Amino acid sequence: MRLHTGIRTVAALAATAALMAACSDGGSSGESTGGDGGAGSGDAVELTFWTWAPGMDAVVEEWNSTHPDIQVTVNKQDGGDPAVTKLLTAIKAGSGAPDLMQAEYQKIPTLVSSDALADISGELGDDVAGQFPEGVWNAVTLGGDAVYAVPQDSGPMQFYYRADIFESLGLAVPTTWDEYADVAAQLHAADPTKYLGTFSAADAGWFTGLAQQAGASWWGIDGDSWTVSIDDDATLKVADYWGGLVESGVIDNKPMYTPEWNAALNDGTQVGWLSAIWAPGVLEGNAADTAGKWKMAAMPQWDAAKPATGNWGGSATAVTTQSEHVAEATEFLTWLNTDQTAVSALVSEGGLYPANIPSQAKALASPPAFFADQADFYDLAGEIAQTAGSFTFGPNVNVAYSAYNDEFGKATEAKSRSAFTDAVKAMQKATIEDLKTSGFSVKE
Amino acid sequence: MTSTEAAQRPSIPPDATVRPGWRGGRRRTLAPYAFLAPAVTLFALFLALPIGYAAYLSLRTVKVSGLGLGKGARTEVWAGLSNYERALSDPEFIASVLRVGLYGLLLVPTMLGMALLFALLLDSRRTRARGFSRVSIFLPYAVPAVISSLLWGFLYLPAVSPFAWIAERLGGDFPQLLSSDLVIFAVANIALWGGVGFNMVVLYTALKAIPTELYEAARIDGCNEIAIAWRIKIPIVAPSLIMTSVFSMIATLQVFAEPTTLKPLTNTISSTWTPLMKVYRDAFTRDDLYSAAATSVVIAVATFALSFGFLRLVQNHAFNQEK
Repeated sequence: MRLHTGIRTVAALAATAALMAACSDGGSSGESTGGDGGAGSGDAVELTFWTWAPGMDAVVEEWNSTHPDIQVTVNKQDGGDPAVTKLLTAIKAGSGAPDLMQAEYQKIPTLVSSDALADISGELGDDVAGQFPEGVWNAVTLGGDAVYAVPQDSGPMQFYYRADIFESLGLAVPTTWDEYADVAAQLHAADPTKYLGTFSAADAGWFTGLAQQAGASWWGIDGDSWTVSIDDDATLKVADYWGGLVESGVIDNKPMYTPEWNAALNDGTQVGWLSAIWAPGVLEGNAADTAGKWKMAAMPQWDAAKPATGNWGGSATAVTTQSEHVAEATEFLTWLNTDQTAVSALVSEGGLYPANIPSQAKALASPPAFFADQADFYDLAGEIAQTAGSFTFGPNVNVAYSAYNDEFGKATEAKSRSAFTDAVKAMQKATIEDLKTSGFSVKE
Repeated sequence: MTSTEAAQRPSIPPDATVRPGWRGGRRRTLAPYAFLAPAVTLFALFLALPIGYAAYLSLRTVKVSGLGLGKGARTEVWAGLSNYERALSDPEFIASVLRVGLYGLLLVPTMLGMALLFALLLDSRRTRARGFSRVSIFLPYAVPAVISSLLWGFLYLPAVSPFAWIAERLGGDFPQLLSSDLVIFAVANIALWGGVGFNMVVLYTALKAIPTELYEAARIDGCNEIAIAWRIKIPIVAPSLIMTSVFSMIATLQVFAEPTTLKPLTNTISSTWTPLMKVYRDAFTRDDLYSAAATSVVIAVATFALSFGFLRLVQNHAFNQEK
């Protein structure tokens, strides 16, 4: 509308041409992947794989060189949210979906609910289920007999802190949440520019992990109905605790993953980070100057006698309902996530933390480069990962998460303890209302 | 054409009217359609059809049964006007409309005021380095909104802003520009920065078209530069001012890129901060195309109503002078 009409016409024509080219392109590639993989009986089966995991090309290359009959093509995606949007569009359109799809755990119920993921329990070996932690396996079966994906990586949470600053200020590493609050207050009193952490209203997955650690599981299946328990005691306890810290001002209230937060990690004003196993990569990328100064410890605990942690992130590999080669696709994704060569390559190429227990020991022999001084990094991480509780996601995680962003955005800005618990209640209300409006059977 | 003219038609001998153009008659009646065809096809395919589809979607919804897992759990059904009902009664939508109203009241007068001021300054006789000034005022318009929002976002965040650094060195206090009280100004400022140049060029072009005799006559009558601007230039460019106001109002209602780009930097911009952001959230975060379509239709209708309402309101006042 701000453009000159002539330019607009040219732009429209160019766009039309581009669009037509794109359409015909999509059509032809769709044909080659969709239908006739097995037409010429001697031909290899061609599979497409939508993923955004770094280094996946190299891992798939390994498979392609040893499996001439099943050739996999990696199609790089922007990330979890846009890839799911694209997949759901393709499912709705009836064509254009890949054979294999990387899916974050919290997205699986949404995808299953849209009939996007195939049940591969019939194609899968009997020994696969036992190779994964129970909580993670539960996320790909939704607690039933069907199997919708095979877990790839998980994100057990730990506490990362600046060991040098802790030492110079004489602070002890907190092992309980009470101690965490004390250390946060001591640190902020010693240097008012410094914070032990921030409460991020932008990262719903982070708060979910904290709630999971406290024992929450926000969705559940009761008979033929969904249950929603975002406002359970565990989550309210977590929200109230953080509301108190933010209200007193000893914890920062700015979102993570902003230029400001990166600067704070670099210049030592963010002294700690409650994060997950993939944190070394993020710290290396965002705060390269602080190499060698960070250490990892277990999360502060609610009950020191019963150590627990939550998960932040992690994904699985699934076969879509549009794939005509479910058996071959399942063979590939089983190899990808359970074979020692593949898992080791996922770690070395992509830096992720494999969910597969038998191949962890070999794949995780040396600590991540950014934590080279902490030799027992993965031993400790392995112990912590065992303490992750089970958490069930529901079919409208997206609604709950966007409600988290908006409600906790208001609460962190208000810096009020009561606003934090109100935000949890508002999330519960929005999530349950959405399920009911859509027609899901909900038990309250 | 009046009805009397039409009624008289048959009385004219057919030969007399048809003959002169007869030889190329067939081709002539086809030619305009042939020329129109590409435009009509494009319009139908890429504008009318999608609008129609959006209107259709806005009357549909998905019904889930039971747990909603697996095949056939979801069916699309008619929803009547329930999507519209929900959109119009959603407190977040109403809040976003009010917010954008305030944003428009802040932005449009400031932007057009500055554009007019710059245009008049450039047009005044004493201005030096005219070409350079014009280009440097216009240049921000060439920067895509997403890029400019990122640039400004960095300038707004105290930890990375050079202005905060300077303020600190001078012993001052740098305001939290993305806090809930100031964020609307922060967003409006980005749009202002990008929009002034374009509007200035439109107004400046209109000023250039004014015959210089008018100025000479005014000077003989004793007008100084300010009086000329006030009594001659501004009244004559009024139609351009109105056109730029309408465009700015439409752009305001559709504000999306700036707040969406700033959103990850702050807690104060919600996912429904503007009406279009709500449409985006419904369609792509909540996977609910149906209510997104309904809200889009509401926004489109409101945009039409506002634009035409505004035009009608000012039309007589502005365009009568030209007649």
